[in-house]
Amino acid sequence: MTDDATTDTAAEADEAAPTDELREGIVEGFRERLGDAVVDTEVQPGLDVWVRVRADAWREAAEVARHHLDARYFTFLSVLDWLPSPFGRSMDAAVDVELARRAGEEAAAPATELAHGVTGGSTRFQVFARVAKVGHPNDFWGVTLKADVPDDTLTVDSWVPVYAGADWHEREAWEMFGLTFVGHPGLRHIYLPSDFEGHPLRKDFPLLARQVKPWPGIVDVEPMPGSGDEEEGEADA
Amino acid sequence: MTAVTDRQKLQYIAARAADARVNVELETEGMTLNIGPQHPATHGTLRIVAQLDGEQVIAAEPVAGYMHRGYEKLTEVRTYAQVTTLVNRIDWLGSFANEVPFILAAEQLMGIEAPPRATWIRTIFFEMSRIANLILFLGDMGVQLGAITPVFFAFRDREFVLNQIERVTGGRFHPNFDRIGGLKDDLPKGWIEDNKRTMEKVRSFCDEIEDLLMGSEIFQERTRGIGVIPPDVALQYGLSGANARSSGIDWDLRRDNCIGLAYPELDWKVWTHPDGDSFARFWVRLQEVREATRIIDQLCDGIPSGPIMAKVPRIIKVPAGEAWISTENPLGEMGYYVVSQGDLTPFRVKIRSASFNNVSITPWILRGVYVPDIITILASLYFILGDIDR
Repeated sequence: MTDDATTDTAAEADEAAPTDELREGIVEGFRERLGDAVVDTEVQPGLDVWVRVRADAWREAAEVARHHLDARYFTFLSVLDWLPSPFGRSMDAAVDVELARRAGEEAAAPATELAHGVTGGSTRFQVFARVAKVGHPNDFWGVTLKADVPDDTLTVDSWVPVYAGADWHEREAWEMFGLTFVGHPGLRHIYLPSDFEGHPLRKDFPLLARQVKPWPGIVDVEPMPGSGDEEEGEADA
Repeated sequence: MTAVTDRQKLQYIAARAADARVNVELETEGMTLNIGPQHPATHGTLRIVAQLDGEQVIAAEPVAGYMHRGYEKLTEVRTYAQVTTLVNRIDWLGSFANEVPFILAAEQLMGIEAPPRATWIRTIFFEMSRIANLILFLGDMGVQLGAITPVFFAFRDREFVLNQIERVTGGRFHPNFDRIGGLKDDLPKGWIEDNKRTMEKVRSFCDEIEDLLMGSEIFQERTRGIGVIPPDVALQYGLSGANARSSGIDWDLRRDNCIGLAYPELDWKVWTHPDGDSFARFWVRLQEVREATRIIDQLCDGIPSGPIMAKVPRIIKVPAGEAWISTENPLGEMGYYVVSQGDLTPFRVKIRSASFNNVSITPWILRGVYVPDIITILASLYFILGDIDR
């Protein structure tokens, strides 16, 4: 293990360089098989790799990962809802308002546009999943796959035929976000009662406890240490 | 990948044959057996609905959700520092280990690195959580097979580990000790010496358990060749941690992808077992507890001096970005996919907990087994309800 440790640190030093052959190779692997179905990719050298594919190539991407790139380990599958929360920015709002008041400015209005993350996007919902190649010491990598889910249909192919473990993850995504996975053997509730209405993890689903009673720390906005009040005090002195 | 042993293959085929036989043989009136939600074998409130044909299971369906707390939604209205309090309660037997990957993800997004001393103390507590968690498994496995004594030993000796955790963090179960950029406090004086003695106690506990259980003929009969998981199935279902390693998959995130913890500087070993049965899962975890005591001893010997906090702004706004960090937790791979939009609160946190995947294999693995084996297989898969339901 001691020898491994030294090679590990050497590998890390290599990875710190701006190019990352391992992860570039993964991206190439997807491009080769999927062609223009790969919409966008991002490699953060030494850290991680993202591949965004078209929704119609979602299952094919899983097959490529499992059968051609040897990423046989299924990590997770879930959904991103990029809608800015219609209930404001919770704690951020209160703090921002307070900071802006001290600076004598208007607080910035909450965002209304969808602001997508790594590898971009154009729809409200994105399905994303992670798979990894494991079982070979010193040859481990994982990749995050993403796909835009069409706004009108909210359906995407199921991964269950490729990775059996996607079953529960897709059931969770179905009840929490209201996405339908085509080819899933049985989309039933997993956490919620069977008569539950709504999709709790959607951004427009209110977190009722917060609506009824604001977070205690926000009710009386205390000056936060180092947030401007202190500097004002110092200036006065 | 380790080759599947002949015995594994035979057992796999036998399980499938049993499955087929159940369907083809003389039709008898089936029966539905509800195990749980309140059942000692379920470590909480998991319900297993098993369709039986005589003594054999035709189909088993786990029903989770009796304890779903909606942490993924709650993280969206909590600041980063407040999230650790929530995630502490995911795997409540190894709480500190839940905090680490989340804090590491936030640190990665902020471009902060914890000082070496903090990293080493984090690693110590990461392994302490593993011991506190797995000791209970080692004792509990005996109870599921009708041996009462081991669990008393487990609760007795786990207390020494929890006391050590409490001395530093103030909490036996929920330390809430990890901070973005470092740790809340340094180790108190004399802690390291006491910790050496605690590790001795843990090692002698392992020997005791080995004497008590592994030599027992009943234990061997009830676990050898029961609940065999071939490596490929394990990977498809996303089994991780000791469950994957006992199917012969040589994979440990502490070795293969160690981010922000001190493992690369230590001398330790990844234990695997080729059989993939309940016995292998018990054996691997027993070795892991022993290995963890060795890791902690090395950490205590070589702990660097210096600060325990990096320079961190008072108001923590995490720059926009996405980060996935996972670590080798007591139950398996635990990870957080953190999406930040530059606010005080995360935009979205996907919590990948190990038990959720580990239990999702139960419909596959319970098909064709006999009723008493349901309990041993569930016990050997080892899950914590909070880790399934989040």
